[in-house]
Amino acid sequence: MQQDFTYAVARVRFRETKLLNGADLDSLLSAKDTDAVMRILRDKGWGDNTDTAPDQIISIEEKKLWDFVDETVTDRSVLDFLRVPDDFHNIKAAVKCITRDIEPDGLFLYNTVCDPDKLYDCIKKREYGDLPDFIADTAREAMTVLLQTSDGQLCDIIVDKACMEYVYKLGKLSDSDIVRLYCELFVASADIKTAVRCAKTGKKPEFIRRAMAQCDSLDVDRLASAAYEGYDAIISYLSTTRYRTAVEALNTSMSAFEKWCDDYMTAAMKPQKWEPFGIGAIVAYIIARQNEIKAVRMILSAKISGLSEQTIKERLRDMYV
Amino acid sequence: MSEFFQNSGLFFALLGAAVATLMAGIGSAIGVGKAGVAASGVLAEEPSLFGKVLIFQLLPATQGIYGLLVGILILSNVGLIGGVKEVTALQGLLYFAASLPIAFCGLYSAIYQSKCAVAGIGTVAKKPDQFGKAILMPAMVETYAILALLISMLAIIGIAGM
Repeated sequence: MQQDFTYAVARVRFRETKLLNGADLDSLLSAKDTDAVMRILRDKGWGDNTDTAPDQIISIEEKKLWDFVDETVTDRSVLDFLRVPDDFHNIKAAVKCITRDIEPDGLFLYNTVCDPDKLYDCIKKREYGDLPDFIADTAREAMTVLLQTSDGQLCDIIVDKACMEYVYKLGKLSDSDIVRLYCELFVASADIKTAVRCAKTGKKPEFIRRAMAQCDSLDVDRLASAAYEGYDAIISYLSTTRYRTAVEALNTSMSAFEKWCDDYMTAAMKPQKWEPFGIGAIVAYIIARQNEIKAVRMILSAKISGLSEQTIKERLRDMYV
Repeated sequence: MSEFFQNSGLFFALLGAAVATLMAGIGSAIGVGKAGVAASGVLAEEPSLFGKVLIFQLLPATQGIYGLLVGILILSNVGLIGGVKEVTALQGLLYFAASLPIAFCGLYSAIYQSKCAVAGIGTVAKKPDQFGKAILMPAMVETYAILALLISMLAIIGIAGM
């Protein structure tokens, strides 16, 4: 039976009024120091009413977001496409800690499908059968490759590619247009970033092709060839795709391209603000909240390191509200 | 068989009353339930909106009342409430036919009204000051339930005068 999201969407509608808007970000930006930013955030309901540190307030808000999702969405597997990238991140962290014989303190992400501590134990004991199917083979392969080659970069591309392929599969299985779009953009943007990095570091064609995952909006073989030819070939190819508007951002910097991806997704999600049924409104809210948290993290880090207001402003994403 | 048909006037009239009450009632139950789920979601976040969301939830309830009204009118006309009356097979079938507008329109209009009410609840959750405008949208759907009720009632009154 198809899951009913009426209750969750009604709660999301109210919570959307509490999201930070452009004016709120401006007031955070113009705050004179970190303490002033924290005061504004606490007034907006951030944190847990205690005198928390900047990094803690971010963790608290991330936890609040996923607690809310768990409370309102009965079958959380419909949102796995948002959580699984953190599972794959945890695989990378676990295999590196195990092979280097260090404790993974503070390295794991916890809003995941598989419990990170269980993941760590299973990989450490080589009991991959106890892991969920979607990560078992990847964990085994990553561990084997790292032990045999000690090549951390190879291990990373194996895990990242497996992550992209799984997210893409979840997108294909979804009935929601917004989920499919998110998964498509997730893979396409990762492929573009890989292509640019490979072009700039002069990687071999086999490596480039191995690092990229298939998606509908890009001809991955052509992108891989372009990456081998050089940066200009990538730009030339992208100009013929739906990502032609990203070219300018790519020419600026990788972080400008990441901002372009987030803004593209935010713009695509905006119609969900008026959609009373379906998972779209919930997905849009989660992504909007994650972007908001990302923006606040950026502002806090910039205030701590004394960056100028203009520098931060250039990197801030468009807000959902 | 022919004798059974001739004596089945009361049965068809009762069937009409049952169909009107049942289908419009099912529509209202689905509608009120769906709007109630959305209303509960908003209340979990903002309890002060109770009065506003309750009105949205109650909007799809009216179709069930219309079905009940038509049902009572048929029962009253055929003598199942009050004194016993003779009902011919033709009259019985006519009563059944008269119940169909509110039965079907009640069922569907309640379900669609609830969808509109859920959207209205979302609007009020974001902009409580827009309650007046938001309530108008689901209220529009009510028009068609009222039109169906009107036809059902006029038909029943007409049959009684035959």
